[in-house]
Amino acid sequence: MKSLVFRVFAVFTLVLVAAVSGCGQKGPVLNVYNWGDYIDESVLHDFEKKYNIRVNYDTFATNEDMYVKIKAGGSTYDVLFPSDYMIKRMIDEDMLEKLDFNNIPNYKYINDSFKNLEYDPNNEYSVPYMWGTVGILYNKKMVQEKPDSWGILWDKRYAKQILMMDSQRDSIGITLKYLGYSMNTKNPKELEEAKQALIKQKPLVLAYVVDEVKDKMIAGEAALAVVWSGDAIYCMRENPDLDYVIPKEGSNLWFDAMVIPKGTKRKKEAELFINYMCETDVAFRNTDYIGYSSPHTEAVKKLPAEIRNSRTAYPTEEDMANCEIFAHLGSMLKEFDRIWTEIKSN
Amino acid sequence: MRKTWSAYPYIFWIIIFTVVPLALVLYFSFTVKTPAGIQFTLDNFRRFSEPIYLKVLMRSITLAAISTVLCLLLGYPAAYILAKNKLKNKNALIMLLVLPMWMNFLLRTYAWLTLLERKGLINTILAHLGLPQLNLLYNEFAVVLGMVYNFIPFMILPIYTVLSKIDNSLLEAAEDLGSDPWHTFRRVVFPLSLPGVWSGITMVFMPAVTTFVIPRLLGGGQYTLIGNLIEQQFLTVGDWNFGSAISTVMIVIILLGMGFTSRYEKEQEGGGGLW
Repeated sequence: MKSLVFRVFAVFTLVLVAAVSGCGQKGPVLNVYNWGDYIDESVLHDFEKKYNIRVNYDTFATNEDMYVKIKAGGSTYDVLFPSDYMIKRMIDEDMLEKLDFNNIPNYKYINDSFKNLEYDPNNEYSVPYMWGTVGILYNKKMVQEKPDSWGILWDKRYAKQILMMDSQRDSIGITLKYLGYSMNTKNPKELEEAKQALIKQKPLVLAYVVDEVKDKMIAGEAALAVVWSGDAIYCMRENPDLDYVIPKEGSNLWFDAMVIPKGTKRKKEAELFINYMCETDVAFRNTDYIGYSSPHTEAVKKLPAEIRNSRTAYPTEEDMANCEIFAHLGSMLKEFDRIWTEIKSN
Repeated sequence: MRKTWSAYPYIFWIIIFTVVPLALVLYFSFTVKTPAGIQFTLDNFRRFSEPIYLKVLMRSITLAAISTVLCLLLGYPAAYILAKNKLKNKNALIMLLVLPMWMNFLLRTYAWLTLLERKGLINTILAHLGLPQLNLLYNEFAVVLGMVYNFIPFMILPIYTVLSKIDNSLLEAAEDLGSDPWHTFRRVVFPLSLPGVWSGITMVFMPAVTTFVIPRLLGGGQYTLIGNLIEQQFLTVGDWNFGSAISTVMIVIILLGMGFTSRYEKEQEGGGGLW
């Protein structure tokens, strides 16, 4: 009896396995791992049709989620979309393949100022996908003056009307900028000062939020919020009373780029995909759909003038004068976490 | 024979999804990763005993305890009315109680945002009536409200089950012996319903003490609770060892609580099953 049941069970399992793997037999499959809601998905269908490669598309919510999944092994992705500091970390830990740029001729469309950045100094591993800044989104009807400094987030007139970002690095980072330090500092004295400033600010803060910030600002629930530029563009489209500014002390400049992890069996196809994503039409459709800023020179030219000339989406050199890119902090991350816990449990 | 092999799938399931993960949590909590390799240590626990983390733990326990008491105060009468009154639509009422649980927990919590906001439903009504606006969202009140709202069915259902199983002849006997209704309740009904009360307390307190969604959404992220701390360690910091150590402490606290209640249930005999 026991062995019969076991045999039935075994046959059933085999059939199931065969069925699942059978799906993959029709053509090569490319496994793509991107941020949620960060692509015009019709682009993927067109890629499948054009090259007869099936795309298996998954999404993640944070760089750390993605990193943990790749690092743990077992999951085989061929193309990833991490941010700057995470790319640096993955390069340092020998997790990425060097790209063969002969297979990515469309790389020439990428704006030169987005090449050879700190996280990938010789530009061997990554092709930029989107970029943006962190700044203050404010409601013109509720804030009298145009904010130009992070200091407005410490202004008692706006008590309980301020939304901070529930993200350790971003919130501590802008505070360091406000105090005149680097966002990537490892100096305990400077970090202590930032901690004290954030504790002092806490009574003025309405809430620490991430995704809800969009709904709240559009509905006029708060006057000021720390946001990513892409979210700012979305909110300003929905509520014309809102405006975005990069404070004069400088801010965070960030990039999400396409990379290929070590261990892929489809490097050629992955490079083909990256090249495809840099086709002018494809890059345009993506940036038009998600609203974030594209590093693609030709795609930007196709955008409507009001977006192309918007200082929110495409800030001037002068706006970005004091901006910094996040560096990978290594074990200092724990220190940031301790500071953040102290602020939040105060 | 049949019985033994039919248990294998469950044993297999429990090993894969309960025993192995728990062993991993324990393993991580007693180790740290150093450049020299993995070392056994108590550092993770030592770190958790620092004041800032104990403060977080105390706040979680306090808020969960307040919510549990409120659930009991509101839930017991509700269960009593359901069980003892001869209501016509009793089943429909119980159905209504369970119905919200068919909806996603996250959605139900989100719904409170639109009710409590500054320009939300409650404040809009207050403004129309010419009353002052209230700050309802992003404070401890909102967090406790969210907990009570989400977990109160777990209090009502076990108490209701126990109450409706009480033999009516016991109540008649009490009456025959001259006991007034209040006395009957205090001396007969309430002691007999205690197993349900303990089940309810455990089932409300456990999810309340570990929740991380409610303090984030309704507390505006201003109140780090133990659940948030654990989530942060795994998702933001990537310090699985410290995260596991906090989880281990929580498991011990919950085990102690359950040991206490199950012993009590045994003394009371019966009522061990939840519903």
